[in-house]
Amino acid sequence: MLTAIAWRNLWRNKLRSTVIFTSIAVGIIGAVVSDGFMSGMTDQRVNSAIANEVSDIQVHNPSFLLNGEIQYQIPHAGHTMRKIESIPQVKGVSLRMRIQAMAASANAGAGITLYGVNPAAERKVSDLYKHIIQGKYLSSKDKIPAILGQKLAHKLNLDLGDKLIVTVTDSTGTITSGAFQITGIYKTANDRFDEANVFVRKKDLSALIGYPVKSGDEIAIRLKANGQTPVVMKKLQHIFQKEISSKQIVIQSWDQIQPLLKSMIAMMNYFSYIFLVIILAALAFAIINTMLMAVMERTREIGMLMALGMNKRKIFSLIMLETIFLSVVGAVLGLIISIFIINHYATYGFELSSVARGLNYIGYSSRIFFRVNTNFYITSIILVVVVAVMSSISPALKALKLQPATAIRDIQ
Amino acid sequence: MSIIEAIGIYKTYQETKVPVNALNGVDLKIEEGEFTAIVGPSGSGKTTLLNILGGLDLPTKGDILIENTNLKTLGSRQLIDFRLHNIGFVFQAYNLIPVLTAKENTEFIMELQKIPKKERSKKAMELLEAVGIADKANHKPGQLSGGQQQRVAVARALASKPRFIIADEPTANLDSRSTNELLEIMAEMNRKYHSTFIFATHDQRVMDKAHRIVTIDDGKIIGDETFEGR
Repeated sequence: MLTAIAWRNLWRNKLRSTVIFTSIAVGIIGAVVSDGFMSGMTDQRVNSAIANEVSDIQVHNPSFLLNGEIQYQIPHAGHTMRKIESIPQVKGVSLRMRIQAMAASANAGAGITLYGVNPAAERKVSDLYKHIIQGKYLSSKDKIPAILGQKLAHKLNLDLGDKLIVTVTDSTGTITSGAFQITGIYKTANDRFDEANVFVRKKDLSALIGYPVKSGDEIAIRLKANGQTPVVMKKLQHIFQKEISSKQIVIQSWDQIQPLLKSMIAMMNYFSYIFLVIILAALAFAIINTMLMAVMERTREIGMLMALGMNKRKIFSLIMLETIFLSVVGAVLGLIISIFIINHYATYGFELSSVARGLNYIGYSSRIFFRVNTNFYITSIILVVVVAVMSSISPALKALKLQPATAIRDIQ
Repeated sequence: MSIIEAIGIYKTYQETKVPVNALNGVDLKIEEGEFTAIVGPSGSGKTTLLNILGGLDLPTKGDILIENTNLKTLGSRQLIDFRLHNIGFVFQAYNLIPVLTAKENTEFIMELQKIPKKERSKKAMELLEAVGIADKANHKPGQLSGGQQQRVAVARALASKPRFIIADEPTANLDSRSTNELLEIMAEMNRKYHSTFIFATHDQRVMDKAHRIVTIDDGKIIGDETFEGR
């Protein structure tokens, strides 16, 4: 009956209860939607980085990572590739030549990273072919084709069919230049990537720099599904235990290659919880105020309950139950609305076209697809209940201080 | 045998700078089955005495024995438990729980006493029947008249099978018809179940029904009359 009294008491002052339900619901919606937005941004950045920029895992010669010079190649690259391809979770493997170069047009020049890739293998590890906005992706039919980002094309004032002159150091240490024909222009969500990376066929680049076409300084590995990186990393470390310990190769996951992304995920999660705690702290005061008013308005009633023989533990529980009901109703309401909002924007995305340029510059898409972890929903509910219980302590203690004779005499 | 024995009761309130002596040495014995009215002008100490007899307040000096239990020796938790099992209350302003129905209000005290649901439901309906309000069992206090609410309060007071019932001005807010009906019900309960009733009242109609009238003034008992045959 205590539960029934607590529940029905909620509806005695419908307006006041509705204000509190709404406050809690709006607070939860604010916290969940902001988490959905931030997680969506993070996801997109991470997915975009994996799909277009770094892939899931990369293998290098440790000296290449230190010096960035193409002479530090992966030993027995073909054998290494075959071993990697035998892992069931692996979707694709691509052996690349990666080299620092100067790109020039008739009008301007820029420092770039030049990739020599096998187009068929590269399609399995990178989604860049999906981001071609003009022309086409690298193919075996074209003569010395190159694809570059829209940002770099603008910077060098280049268009499809134009010649791109690249200057590199060849295998003898001599500075050499070559011309490639622009067959495709891509655009990803990351302007800085688009501004700095040019892709050509490996056989064309090897001809220019004098390294065998079967050699390479980077193996990019793409996995079949997200979240398998730690498992595959363990397998690779086991398979290549000898090569790793003898410092012939080094294997890195995407978050080791781009530690900033990893920090960003941790930071976004941290912000979501800080935001939730701030909202709940504000709600706690609203709940305390409401319950104090409820106790003060019901002095006589609480006095009567004590007079009849209701002990202090039950009075305390009654006030606490009322507060918990008040909070849970608001939280559930907020959660239901939040789920609708999150699902909507998870499907259709949230357009931020007005700030698209700024977002693209720092590597984000202007359309954010929201995502919220189930854990965040559960944590929100738990925290609301915890805050409600803590907020009810003060009003409940006030109720316990009432003396039945005095409380009843107040109105007799 | 006395079920209540008040010995040399003094009660002083220190709520202002000047102490107020509400009771000045009250000695009173109440026997089982009595239908007693405590009467006196406003401020005479009726309600204070009733609160002390009902264990809602403790005397500043003196002892209050209820069947050999000295209430002054009980801790606050024990006192609450003592009230639950031994004393019934009927208040002037009815004081029903507004969110519960008449039946639930009657059952409430039995639930506190941990009486099984089936048993308390049956008992509540019997009591509502006895006070003539069974047809309103599912009505909430707001849907009942003052007289009807007070009948529910009587049913609730009796539900705990108390040793005695304290009723502070129970008819003060009722019209004549409701007052007469309520007094009839309480008199019937007194006859039928030998329930002990102690009223504080100004109401002549209550005094007319009382078997014993204790008159109090300035915190002292100044008269104690028993009326045989009522």
